[in-house]
Amino acid sequence: MFLATELLPVIIVPPAPGKGFVKERKTVQNSYPKMMDEKKNKYQSRRDFVRAAGKLFVAAPVLALPVILARKSSSAGFVWQIDPFKCTQCGQCKTKCVLTPSASKCTHAFPMCGYCDLCGAYLRQGVKTISTGAENQLCPTGAIKRRFVEEPYFEYTIDEKLCNGCAKCVKGCADFGNGSMYMQIRHNLCVNCNECSISRSCPSHAVIRVPANDPYIRKDKS
Amino acid sequence: MLVWHSILYAQQRFPRPEFESGYVYPANQLLNQRGPVWEYMDVAVLIGAMLATSWLALKKRSRQGLIWVSAFSLAYFGFYRQGCICSVGSVQNISLALFNDNYSMPLSALLFFMIPLLFALAFGRVFCAGVCPLGAMQELTGFKPVRIHKSVESVLAAIPFIYLGLAVLFAATESQFIICRYDPFVGIFRLDAPYTMIIFGSLLLLAGIFVNRPYCRYLCPYGVLQNIFSRFAYRHLTITPAECTNCRLCEECCPYDAIIPSDTVQVKERPEVSRKRFLLYLLMIPVMAAAGAVVLYNLAPALSTVNSNVRLAREIRLETEKGVMAISKAAVAFKESGKTENDLFIEELQITERFRKGAPWVGIFLGLSLGISLFGLTIRNVRTEYKPHQGRCFSCGKCFKYCPVEVKI
Repeated sequence: MFLATELLPVIIVPPAPGKGFVKERKTVQNSYPKMMDEKKNKYQSRRDFVRAAGKLFVAAPVLALPVILARKSSSAGFVWQIDPFKCTQCGQCKTKCVLTPSASKCTHAFPMCGYCDLCGAYLRQGVKTISTGAENQLCPTGAIKRRFVEEPYFEYTIDEKLCNGCAKCVKGCADFGNGSMYMQIRHNLCVNCNECSISRSCPSHAVIRVPANDPYIRKDKS
Repeated sequence: MLVWHSILYAQQRFPRPEFESGYVYPANQLLNQRGPVWEYMDVAVLIGAMLATSWLALKKRSRQGLIWVSAFSLAYFGFYRQGCICSVGSVQNISLALFNDNYSMPLSALLFFMIPLLFALAFGRVFCAGVCPLGAMQELTGFKPVRIHKSVESVLAAIPFIYLGLAVLFAATESQFIICRYDPFVGIFRLDAPYTMIIFGSLLLLAGIFVNRPYCRYLCPYGVLQNIFSRFAYRHLTITPAECTNCRLCEECCPYDAIIPSDTVQVKERPEVSRKRFLLYLLMIPVMAAAGAVVLYNLAPALSTVNSNVRLAREIRLETEKGVMAISKAAVAFKESGKTENDLFIEELQITERFRKGAPWVGIFLGLSLGISLFGLTIRNVRTEYKPHQGRCFSCGKCFKYCPVEVKI
């Protein structure tokens, strides 16, 4: 009851038999200015006091946030990247990205490549002839370009504009070649969602947050 | 470095060719994102837009101006920045950073979370009025306001609290960022999204023509925080520029039902009855909080299925115990990875434990919110003027033109 009287000047009116509630309330209302003068109160009413206390109560945690999170925030920020050493080439990158075509594309680490004539990334399995014929290519969009370098080596480059991120070539290269082809999220395309939608459905948890100032995990780093 | 080498050479089936023709490796063009400076540019634009909205809503009292700021925010934060970074989603970054040691959040996200809340504490929900691109989009398409019955309104208004509670829980347990995933308008900003989200967003926009700002009122989790903070605002938008004459012209104008009328209805009730009700509802608050905690604690195992690792563990367990083949991509990847089932089950147990720990707090939050809002009904305010409800009012300024009072300079 004490709390009630503290909080609510409106309903603390002593019950007077036969009198209506409203009438009583008016008397309380009229007594406010007088009370204020007497006490020289900083707050106009108890309600204002509650309001001020509430203000402090909700402001405190928000103002404390930077202090709590001081250790846990970084000015540079983070971006999402595929860890090629965890990637299992499931092909989800192609469809799960919020962008169409996906921001994740095949990348070629040339120093790792064997420059083979019979390339597991370029040619479909069991092809009759090794040629640039469309029926022989593994890439569904023809994004891999094959170029003769010198006997017996061929260079394979990826046309990023055509690559749709299906990772078929990456799988081919990992299964039959040196694994020089790998998936990377292109940060000139990526819109940097708060939670990468590829990461949400990546079965091998290969999509991770990396520092924004070093946004690529290169396979040929060494 | 050693690890890198070992992995690199494990796959080196074919030796590196020794070219005789002087062939050089082509350079890999891996382009970077725009620099972090631009993140702070966004923060600067945010502060600028907030100041403009506050001035237009509270001082200049210009609905026209607010619409222009909305259009700017929609263009900049919406279509140019494509909906990321946004304050609504930053709630999850805060939660993830608070409860996980291995994640440190971008400073810009922290600022995007804090600045609108501090403004709410100073000037009410000015962020909602013209800065939030989601709000701006709905504000600009709400042509034909229809008022919703109060009972329906108050039931639907409870959804954002649940949404916020779950979003914080899911982010804290590193499970999902549901606010970003189910953001209905980000697909429209990017002109690209799963078709289900495009349909959802379009339906919301269509509904918003009549039931204005449906996302803000019935879904937005950040709106809950704005609502709470705005109640304690230092200054707030007023309907009338001077003194309310109780003309009742503004009574029906607010599409959000955010105008509290002048207290002209006189309830004749015995004081003991109101006092009793007051005490009862006060005592109900802790009871509801406890009930919420119990309910959510028991829901924790069910809620933990949003975590992909928990789902995978349950699938694998089903396979080992009942012989149902696990065929999902995650299960296939798991079998390839060579991790043991035991590790996975232990991980599942840990995650479920975290849900058990976190879920009761969500329940307490929900119970307290419900209890306090019911308790608020027992407090009778003495009001001699029409004024906006500081929690519900979006400071959109639709009511300005309904007020006949003019200030002569």
